[in-house]
Amino acid sequence: MIDQLPVICVLSPLFGALFVALFGSRSHSACFPIAIVSLVISLICAIGCTQQVFTTGQAMDYFVGGWGAGKVVEGVEIPLGFGIQLRVDHLNALVLCIIGIAVLLVSIFAIRPQGEKDTEKTHYFYSLFLMLACGLFGQTITRDAFNLFVLVEVSSLASYGLIAMGSSPRGTVAAFNYIIMGTVGASFYLLGVGYLYLKTGTLNMDGIRQVIELSPDVADSRSVMVAFILIMLGMWIKMAFFPLYGWLPNAYSYCPSSAGAVLAPLMTKVSVYVMIRMMITVFGLEWVFESFDWSALIVWLAVIAIFAGSVFALAQNELKKMLCYLIVAEVGYMVGGAWLADADRWGLTGAIYHILADALMTLCLFLAVATFAKRAGVIKLDDLDGLFKKMPLTMVGFIVGALAMIGVPPTCGFFSKFYLIRGGIESGRWEFVIALLVSSLVNAILFFRIFEIAYFGSSPPEGHGHHDDEEHGETTARRGLEAPLTSLVPLWITAALIIGLGLMNGQVVEFIRKTVGLLGGGAA
Amino acid sequence: MVDFIEIFVERVVHFIENVVQPHFNYWSYVVLMMIGLWGLIAKRNLIKKLIGLSIFQTAIILFYVSLGVKADATIPVFDYEAEKSKSAAVVLPAEPSEMGGKSDGKYKKIDPDHYANPLPHVLMLTAIVVGVATLGVALAVAQSIFKDFGTLEEHEILEKIKTGDYVKHD
Amino acid sequence: MAMKWLALVAVVFTGALLIYGVSDFPDWGSADSPANGGIEGAGRSVSQTFIQETKPLTHVPNMVTAVLADYRGYDTMFETVVVFAAGMAIFAVLRVLKTVDGQHSRVIRDRSVDGDHQRIIVGTTCKILIPVIQMFALYVVAHGHHSPGGGFQGGVILGASFILLGLSDGMETAMERLSEGKFVAMAAIGVLIYAGIGLLSQFVGRDFLDYGALQPLLGTPDEGWARSHAMLGVEVGVTFTVTAIMFAIYVNLASKGELKGGL
Repeated sequence: MIDQLPVICVLSPLFGALFVALFGSRSHSACFPIAIVSLVISLICAIGCTQQVFTTGQAMDYFVGGWGAGKVVEGVEIPLGFGIQLRVDHLNALVLCIIGIAVLLVSIFAIRPQGEKDTEKTHYFYSLFLMLACGLFGQTITRDAFNLFVLVEVSSLASYGLIAMGSSPRGTVAAFNYIIMGTVGASFYLLGVGYLYLKTGTLNMDGIRQVIELSPDVADSRSVMVAFILIMLGMWIKMAFFPLYGWLPNAYSYCPSSAGAVLAPLMTKVSVYVMIRMMITVFGLEWVFESFDWSALIVWLAVIAIFAGSVFALAQNELKKMLCYLIVAEVGYMVGGAWLADADRWGLTGAIYHILADALMTLCLFLAVATFAKRAGVIKLDDLDGLFKKMPLTMVGFIVGALAMIGVPPTCGFFSKFYLIRGGIESGRWEFVIALLVSSLVNAILFFRIFEIAYFGSSPPEGHGHHDDEEHGETTARRGLEAPLTSLVPLWITAALIIGLGLMNGQVVEFIRKTVGLLGGGAA
Repeated sequence: MVDFIEIFVERVVHFIENVVQPHFNYWSYVVLMMIGLWGLIAKRNLIKKLIGLSIFQTAIILFYVSLGVKADATIPVFDYEAEKSKSAAVVLPAEPSEMGGKSDGKYKKIDPDHYANPLPHVLMLTAIVVGVATLGVALAVAQSIFKDFGTLEEHEILEKIKTGDYVKHD
Repeated sequence: MAMKWLALVAVVFTGALLIYGVSDFPDWGSADSPANGGIEGAGRSVSQTFIQETKPLTHVPNMVTAVLADYRGYDTMFETVVVFAAGMAIFAVLRVLKTVDGQHSRVIRDRSVDGDHQRIIVGTTCKILIPVIQMFALYVVAHGHHSPGGGFQGGVILGASFILLGLSDGMETAMERLSEGKFVAMAAIGVLIYAGIGLLSQFVGRDFLDYGALQPLLGTPDEGWARSHAMLGVEVGVTFTVTAIMFAIYVNLASKGELKGGL
């Protein structure tokens, strides 16, 4: 039974989506239990896989269709890459858990979908939401380069639908741009896989790496280099890395808020994971950092991404857009960290840890902001005026997320920055270290400005009328404004996890560093 | 001057024969793909952008199908009659219906070069379907944009967003 | 204008990059390229194994079908999910569910405009054509094991026949045959058939989509025939989804999501 867990993790949301489509149109109340049950099953499977990897210390392999490499079926020995392989290893086990946690929390949060007026569309929302979850789980554990493309498209199509279904016309325009950019990104990836297939004759990630390692002809060929550039370009578009980030801020800020709360933390992070997976498993770190060696250029790009994201975030007046630009900066952290190329791979470790940390931090902030928008109609920064008194319980969650974003210990944001900076120092890339510190400073300015507005108010009291208003507000605050438990519980769980992941950083990093190829400097 | 032209023409012919011709399909896919990319970026009309996107994706299909081609090969459908008459080395049962079961190595004698590579065909079937699905969603979004803005020209939409001149649903 | 220059730069840069990669490809049509013939010294390539062993493994002459529905069946399942997701996304974006009185007076089935003659010609032709098209679609699905064809192709043809009905006799007539509730359910059931067959082999105790495990259930002489039959089942599931979603895309786009005569 336990060996079936990886595939059940992917299938459970898929069946959920199908049942929602079948029964949801008749009674919308059926959608929510189906979604929760299927996502709980997925989360249990994800945790079970992680437990298995942790106790045995070995990756879990699963061959769909029973076409396992080396197996003999009807007198035929099956070669590697004949069927599709799934594998849960030290790199993706925790990513799988984080995805499971995030989608489950957002699905609780979304019990009454906010943002879109058309609540008749609930069953479409849940169906797309579950397919998005299915695509994300699938991308994380697949070991087949082409299967990855198909799953990227499953999650992308679901996200196009989720973004465009909001009532804001600007969201629809943003969704169109996202479709164009996303499809171009996926196409570049597909093309890169085609170049690799032509040179290596297999689609299995390990198979491709074996050929690249064994045959210097292939490793040095121009096609493999172009394939690598194409795959990286495709993933950079998908994750909104600096010059290619244009689609992200509008798409994530004008979509329904529950959709934004799941897309913003997960879509970019999973793309970063895919990039790291490509570097480690498909090409091998040795090839990436020694034969290709564009580390300096890409770290500089990441530095620019961090600065640009921070500056744009400072210039924003809308809360959601500000967070979206912070995501652009955070993507810079992760790409830069992954490309630091220090000998002990601390940068890469930090980037992987930051995937987990950033997913939680972004989830926390987006949940809080979605609650503000729903309960108090907060869109602009000034609307936060005096919100601390009106929604103290939500504000607590927001503060934890914000402190993590700034990098205050003991939140996970501090430790991920710590490992990234360590990588930066060891590889001698001081520009990256400086960018990280400046970005923390900018985050501090941004969030303390918000705290100030929320706690003290943005403007000095204007005579008598204002006081009246405040007193009136306070009475409604007690009853009306504070969010319901379905919003608060996911927020608090996320906040607790942020601190928990921070306190557990030693064990988590130890676990991550068992990834094959991460220790010992090369692809083992 | 004439010499120069002659040498130039010779060079071009040499280039085409030795560089382009062996990779003819690959060159044409790049050209096709760049036409698509141009349409995607330079055109202002959303539907024209989608046409560009379709050309872009179709070029990838051409690329993949090209890499599975083998000279003088047939389609990847097992041809019983041809295999039986082609050589005595392949020991096949008398009736097609009896075929199958244990391989016993007899099928290893089938010449793989006789059939085109099936894998790219399978992959492209997937990519075509993905392309159609994306196009469908994109058209739906474009229609939704037209409902709200009354236009499909990108610059006009941006203008209307600036002035706030569109259908607001709240 | 700036956009045009940007486009030119992007096109020239990408084109140069791609051509640079193409320049050390093996020749077009070469049977020895790594994709076709495998890496030297690494034994039989995956593609060669597909060609040589498909017959003993699955009894299916069409290797594309075998690779699609069996060896890479997991891919194909998600491909069907992509189609389903696209359908759901289109519904989510376009479907108008709130009915405001008087808003729905737009006549979709407007026959007076074309005049009777055209309607007779078009209607009669389609009446003859549609059953033939549907028969052909079923043939393409059923014959996917032996000739080019299969679930996607057959599903598209079947969907096209309904679209043709919608074009010739008005969308309402087509929707009477295949209403919204029906085609949404049909799309979901299609994927459910596919994933259900995979799940069935898990219940028997083997891996997901391992059709060989269904041999005792299907009562076939060996596992190869079980694979062959299960593939047909899977293709039928694909046909369901593709037919339903093709029609759904058409009716949603054609009626701006109002779907007269729907739920």
